[in-house]
Amino acid sequence: MAAQSLTRRGILGGTAAGLAAAPLIGRTAPSAQESPSPAPGPVRTPEMQDIVLQVNGRRIQLTVEPRTSLLDALREQAGLTGTKKGCDRGSCGACTVHIDGRRVVSCLTLAVRCQGRAVTTIEGLAVGEELHPVQAAILHHDAFQCGYCTPGQIMSAAALIEEGHAGSPDEIREWMSGNICRCGAYPNIVAAIQDASVQG
Amino acid sequence: MQSFTISRPGTLDAATAATAAPDTAFIAGGTDLLQLMKQEVARPTRLVDLDGLLPDAVEVLPDGVRIGALALMANVAAHPEVQRNYRAVSEALLSAASPQIRNMGTIGGNLLQRTRCNYFRDPGFAACNKREPGSGCAAIRGENRLLGVLGTSRACIATHPSDLPVALAALDASLELRGPNGARRTVALADFYRLPGDTPHIETALQPGEVIVAVLVPASAGARRSCYVKLRDRASFEFALVSCAAAVDLQRATIREARLALGGVAPKPWRLPQVEAALQGRPADAGTFADAAMHASEGAQPASQNGFKVKLIQRAVLRALETTAAA
Repeated sequence: MAAQSLTRRGILGGTAAGLAAAPLIGRTAPSAQESPSPAPGPVRTPEMQDIVLQVNGRRIQLTVEPRTSLLDALREQAGLTGTKKGCDRGSCGACTVHIDGRRVVSCLTLAVRCQGRAVTTIEGLAVGEELHPVQAAILHHDAFQCGYCTPGQIMSAAALIEEGHAGSPDEIREWMSGNICRCGAYPNIVAAIQDASVQG
Repeated sequence: MQSFTISRPGTLDAATAATAAPDTAFIAGGTDLLQLMKQEVARPTRLVDLDGLLPDAVEVLPDGVRIGALALMANVAAHPEVQRNYRAVSEALLSAASPQIRNMGTIGGNLLQRTRCNYFRDPGFAACNKREPGSGCAAIRGENRLLGVLGTSRACIATHPSDLPVALAALDASLELRGPNGARRTVALADFYRLPGDTPHIETALQPGEVIVAVLVPASAGARRSCYVKLRDRASFEFALVSCAAAVDLQRATIREARLALGGVAPKPWRLPQVEAALQGRPADAGTFADAAMHASEGAQPASQNGFKVKLIQRAVLRALETTAAA
């Protein structure tokens, strides 16, 4: 049904997925031809460079300015908006992704320096329809309120478990210190990570 | 962030030659540089990528360790030899930044991190002698709770923010540098950082085009019994209000030699010779530690809001001494 494809981004962006829910507010759904075209890429300047990234197992080719962060390249060019921009200064962790299996903040990573690297974002964590244990545990423990920091929390937690730092609630708190939650959902986040570490 | 070009020279010689052009900066981990560029504190028009041009490993030598400048903070902190015999180095690194940043930041870059003084970091404030030589210091009469009490000047009261160099200072580390013509020299960490005086924009002994190649940390009994204590406003992912690295060589219960350095309170890692003298040859007990710690803030000149650091310095030193004695 329509709700299946109803996404927040779809509504905000006015894409076909969002408009598919239009009957709910008494409008007719658009035809396929009315689907908006992808966002145009940035205007090409001499400094721009072509790069190839392996994002979530897929080869992605992008043309970026040297100053483009990996975060902006993912969100604005690759259309992967699950990675969030919080502070854009490395202080909040909302933009956490994995590069070659290690967690980093994508806001302080230049996309041009990621040539050929394997990037995993929140969109690539689940295996098909099966959620990553951290994703499932975050849902089960209701470990968020507004949800804005959640993708970064999940990416950080997945790496933390791989690193072997989920030994105790104190250890989890210390090794999650790079991810700030303004809603203060920390107790449930820590519980979810503990839970996921046992299951994983 | 203003636009820039980035080059990836194939050799270190080509990289250092490239920095002869104006407004050029090296980039390694980029975690500090990109923050400074986003805030337009740093405005290079050319970046030279050091990736792959400098060592990134921890080499275990008969008399110490050689840590490559491009080694990641996380990797050095987790290195078994560093954890075992250079504990203060591992602890300082693990207390720094966040797990994500430690996966990105390099050892060389961490030594060159710029101050976290908010007046330096915000070009909206015109007065900052470090950012704009001769413009004044907004911090001296401003919000200075986090700033320095030792080694400061009338031109600048900023502190060096990094944890690692504090541990390295206590362990008598030195730095291997390489200049544009390939000339190598070794500088003691103690001589690497400059006091601000009238020229707070000159922070280190690095010459134009010169790079840090590696950090040499000599093995010692003190290094094996060392620790890093960090006191801050929140439990983690925060810069030090006061920190203390201590390396104590004990023979039975007598202190043969102690070396201590402070962080968060001075423009450079601040060695404590007067505390070290008060410990040498004395029994490692609570009385000795308390007496010695009293000397730790000698010469402190607090600003209007950071007088609390004078007492906190003594307590950090005491905690560090107690920790090493119990190890």
